[in-house]
Amino acid sequence: MSTQWWVVLSTSAAAFLLKYLGHLIPESWLEKPRVERITNNIPIVLLSGLIAMQTFTDKTRLVIDHRMAGIAVAIAAVIAKLPFPLVIIGAMATSAIVYRYR
Amino acid sequence: MSIKRDSISVGVAVGAAGAAFGAVAVSSNFSVLQSCVLSLFLFSGASQFALVGILGGGGSPWSAIATGAFLGTRNGLYGIRMAGLLRNRGWRRVLAAHVTIDESTGMAIAQSNEAESRIAFWYTGFGVFFFWNLFTLLGALGAKAIGSSASWGLDVASPAIFVAVLWPRLKELKPKLTALVALSWALAVTHFLPVGVPILTTVIIAVFAGWN
Repeated sequence: MSTQWWVVLSTSAAAFLLKYLGHLIPESWLEKPRVERITNNIPIVLLSGLIAMQTFTDKTRLVIDHRMAGIAVAIAAVIAKLPFPLVIIGAMATSAIVYRYR
Repeated sequence: MSIKRDSISVGVAVGAAGAAFGAVAVSSNFSVLQSCVLSLFLFSGASQFALVGILGGGGSPWSAIATGAFLGTRNGLYGIRMAGLLRNRGWRRVLAAHVTIDESTGMAIAQSNEAESRIAFWYTGFGVFFFWNLFTLLGALGAKAIGSSASWGLDVASPAIFVAVLWPRLKELKPKLTALVALSWALAVTHFLPVGVPILTTVIIAVFAGWN
């Protein structure tokens, strides 16, 4: 089995187990504020990290390229409270244009 | 009935982003079948984009699996809330767990009584599931047809979606600072760690920031 298949299937299994475990755990576990604060922070740090990596890196190198223009537009669009599809399409169009005409 | 209609509208709107996922996955060298299997079985946008981004960007399988799984912890927490509402057993609990995501939980807790919450949960969960999978297939086939990802802006689809998902969570100062520290940290260690690992190390920041 290829690496990709292996990753696809094991991440799917892990994610399902987490969801299923949630349905088995008593609700009182949520009432520990520290547990809740840390678990609320997890998507924040991972998503911020992913935005940084997918915008400014190429493997282990830091780079500034067309992607930065796209993300700048995405940030401007969320600040302007534009609808979700416009945020994505605006970012993609900007990045594609900068890539073509840089 | 408007709860059902609203729930299905959410399904269509959110599911349409599946097209971006299918396209990004294929342009990150995943097959159409692998892209569809991810949407069917992993069924969690952030985890799916992270997985194909890390592996497609040359990261190790372990960092892809760990990041994908960590991003799923949120759904586990939703499950704790939803179990008390749904009170399912057996295979219904398995199905409920699979469609426990941001949208189904959000629509469920927005209703005024438990019966309506249950309707909203199931309709939104399966609405998103159906359209997310349909659009994944279309996006994957489309990307196979168009080729290069940068010339179509596909290389920013994933981070742009993350920006849109993250932004509403940053209303207060503390989450803003947490996000900024995580972002700077990930870039600062990029040169020194294998691809994919910098993202994983940000979990330490989540623990520190949430401790007190």
